[in-house]
Amino acid sequence: MSDLLKLTAAQAVEALGRGDVDAGELHSLYRERAAGETINSYVSVGDPLVPDAAGKPLAGVPIAVKDLFCVEGIETRACSKILTGYIPPYTATAIARLQDAGASYLGKTNMDEFAMGSSNENSAFGAVQNPWDPTRVPGGSSGGSAAAVAAGLAPWATGTDTGGSIRQPAAFCGLVGLKPTYGAISRYGMIAFASSLDQAGPITRDVTDAALMLKYMQGRDEMDSTSTGMTEDVMMPSSESLAGKKFAIPAPIDWNGVQPGVKEVFDLACKRIEAAGGEIVEVPLPHADYALSAYYVIAPAEASANLSRFDGVRFGERAADPTGLTDMYERTRGDGFGPEVKRRIMLGTYALSSGYYDAYYNRAQQVRTKILEDYAAAFSSCDFIITPTAPSVAFGIGEKTDDPLAMYLGDLFTVPVSLAGLPAISVPAGLATSDGSAAAEPGADGALPVGLQIVAPHFRENALLEAAYVFEQATEFADGPWTWAGS
Amino acid sequence: MAEYEAVIGLEIHVQLSTATKMFCGCRLSFGDTPNTHTCPVCLGHPGTLPVPNEEAIRSAIKIGLALNCEIAPRSMFHRKNYFYPDLPKGYQISQFDSPICGEGELAGVQLERAHMEEDAAKNIHVGDSGRVHGASRTVVDYNRGGTPLVEIVTKPDIHSGAQAREWLQLLRATVKQLGVSDVNMEEGSLRCDANISIRPVGQTELGVKTELKNMNSFRFIERGIDAEIARQTALLDAGEKVQQETLHFDPATGSLTSLRSKEEAHDYRYFPEPDLVPVAPSPELIDEIRASLPELPLAKAERYENELGIAADTAKFLAFNADMGAYFESVLAAAGEGANVKRIGDWVTGELVARIGADANPAESNVSPEALARLVELVNEKAVNNTGAKTVLDKLVEGGGDPDAIVEAEGLAAMGDSDELAGIIDAALEANPKAVDDLKSGNMKAIGAIIGFVMKQTQGRADGGEVTRIVREKLGL
Repeated sequence: MSDLLKLTAAQAVEALGRGDVDAGELHSLYRERAAGETINSYVSVGDPLVPDAAGKPLAGVPIAVKDLFCVEGIETRACSKILTGYIPPYTATAIARLQDAGASYLGKTNMDEFAMGSSNENSAFGAVQNPWDPTRVPGGSSGGSAAAVAAGLAPWATGTDTGGSIRQPAAFCGLVGLKPTYGAISRYGMIAFASSLDQAGPITRDVTDAALMLKYMQGRDEMDSTSTGMTEDVMMPSSESLAGKKFAIPAPIDWNGVQPGVKEVFDLACKRIEAAGGEIVEVPLPHADYALSAYYVIAPAEASANLSRFDGVRFGERAADPTGLTDMYERTRGDGFGPEVKRRIMLGTYALSSGYYDAYYNRAQQVRTKILEDYAAAFSSCDFIITPTAPSVAFGIGEKTDDPLAMYLGDLFTVPVSLAGLPAISVPAGLATSDGSAAAEPGADGALPVGLQIVAPHFRENALLEAAYVFEQATEFADGPWTWAGS
Repeated sequence: MAEYEAVIGLEIHVQLSTATKMFCGCRLSFGDTPNTHTCPVCLGHPGTLPVPNEEAIRSAIKIGLALNCEIAPRSMFHRKNYFYPDLPKGYQISQFDSPICGEGELAGVQLERAHMEEDAAKNIHVGDSGRVHGASRTVVDYNRGGTPLVEIVTKPDIHSGAQAREWLQLLRATVKQLGVSDVNMEEGSLRCDANISIRPVGQTELGVKTELKNMNSFRFIERGIDAEIARQTALLDAGEKVQQETLHFDPATGSLTSLRSKEEAHDYRYFPEPDLVPVAPSPELIDEIRASLPELPLAKAERYENELGIAADTAKFLAFNADMGAYFESVLAAAGEGANVKRIGDWVTGELVARIGADANPAESNVSPEALARLVELVNEKAVNNTGAKTVLDKLVEGGGDPDAIVEAEGLAAMGDSDELAGIIDAALEANPKAVDDLKSGNMKAIGAIIGFVMKQTQGRADGGEVTRIVREKLGL
């Protein structure tokens, strides 16, 4: 295999800067791999030409882009049938910033339709295979991005996270996934799922790359009124110790819904944190139990409005020969949206309906406020909150498709953080057996990755990245599939 | 039959005349080539986000202050959800339970609120009817979509079509004075819906209301409301019930047609707009805007009455009718120092309005303020009598021009105390011996016959007062 594939994005930037590596060669390598892939992680591959990035901070390192981001002139569908043929006339701010910094566009990655899902099975382009085990899902909704990075089809990729859509696929694919503080990165040009929760972020091979991508994605954008940008410059992490840092486990965690192997890896992770100088404590998060319920009211409610614009009038697909306006709407949307999207539109419409608003939407917002208060109180006695990222290892393709509730429960640990708008990172913590029954040694046959989620207070990304970096250094983790993928 | 009282509340949409749209950078336009003032944001493209227009927020605060509203220290935008092709996002960004302007009052009518929202685009129905029913297809012009609106909602404080019309004219003048909108009903920058119910006089409980949509002139508002009051009265008199529904008034036929019933009413599923942060104007900003408010029509009417000595009704008419008021002030300016202000007021609101109509903008008529000022001056100087002056005004309205030239050309110069007039009066006395007898016996009414004769002979150029004086002199009365 090519040694170039082993380079992280940060290493590639250095090599490109030194002239050891040619940007065109690097781009071609990844582009050809992306075009020839077999795991369905890409939905389209971009231009072979490499923009001149000499002297720019990202020096031409290629980047894969989740299909939720609009890129001018390139079909963007959020992996939905309803946006077939939609070519955006503009580029999302987050992507434009990365390109301005010298990232070269590689292609669009697969995802759950409109970012609704945790397995990447809800895609008009079909399911994506997890590079660790092709019978399993890569997680979702940023499943294509995670699978592409894990398989060495991209050095790194952008993702988006509404209730865990960066963190969970990163965990399932043995990668680093960072969901920044709500507002850190502009949402302009990111097709909206749930506006008060959506946040872009990096999916990378290591923590340093996550810091590097955040640095060039973040910033206030006048096109997004809710964007604030980071309150401090993003620093490349370099800490060697966790001394003096308190890592809190929210108590009590109901471990019944968590695979034993995941629990075991998490316990080992706690020990490594302690070994690196950190202190493990417990904090109460009394309302976290209600987070999933609140999330599955608020997110669908916002989605029901956000997806109203897909009506066949101005762009995307329109039903043929409608008999009238209502017929056009019904058939366009009936044919264009997949079942999970329809389910959420119906849930959200119901929750906002006259007579139900107070019992559902209003109540969910009250829960959200309580959760925010819980975290504020918790961070008065700790620096970080830690949980497993997901309650299981990657599950089988088709395993949960008939049970949406079981699928929603997989968001248990990620959703409360999203409701609070906090920054969180998933870092590889170890491996578990493929049935999730026990922890596994690196290199063990069929073992699957488990992620540790670390949560920090608003805009404390630098501290979060430092902690994740120390943890990463202290963790012996299997090389990713990109090292065993043929070149 | 019972006596009824009508109870009317108005909802007024004011299109703001900001440079750009409410949530994007597209220029506002009227009548331009369709779909030339659009962008990904106002077309509702995937991934786009609204960014509020600061100037529009200032304008909304200005309107609120002029209407004596409380300005909310923190207000929110909401999404109002419904599907229609003229609504690109499938929801309208509006305000719901926390509007920027709270309760207020204008000229005795209490206001519920005034809030900001974005206008819809324009559906154009292709077909003979021009309306959606019977159209062969519908195309959409998104130029208007996203234009900033302020919606002003009154409490049910109005009781007749005429009152609604007068109050709306004051509102229009007030908003126009602020310079934040063209408030042109024909072009749709001022639109009015009315909620109408009736109840037996003395009853406090409100009757079932209907909503009258989109009446596009002051006259139609008055007629539409009156027609709906009459319809509801007839229903109740016949022992029937008023149904809650939305109605359309056809000014051509005077008929009311139902657009939708209560059962068909939308559930708009309002919820806070997550793409926008709350609007929180600082007290300093509000004070700054308050200090910048111009003289408003109510204050202007008082000034006209108290300082210029104009009769109350005329003062109100001028001050509440923005175009009329502006024109009046132009005439005053043209007349200069020492002008007969009261007479100018009477000529503008009386003779000129009688000729061009109360809804017209006199500035757009053929009568320049300078011409009208000169005409009133000629009347003051008795260089032309009232009858002659009215003829001059007819000519001015018809084709403009210079009053002196018209007087000259038409031979309208007043005939003062002259030998010619004395001769005509002598002839009049001679021709009307009975009238002379009556006058001598103290019946001054008989002077009419004499004046009539003189006027006929002079083609109206004589001054009635002058003729009377000379007659008295000649007869030694």
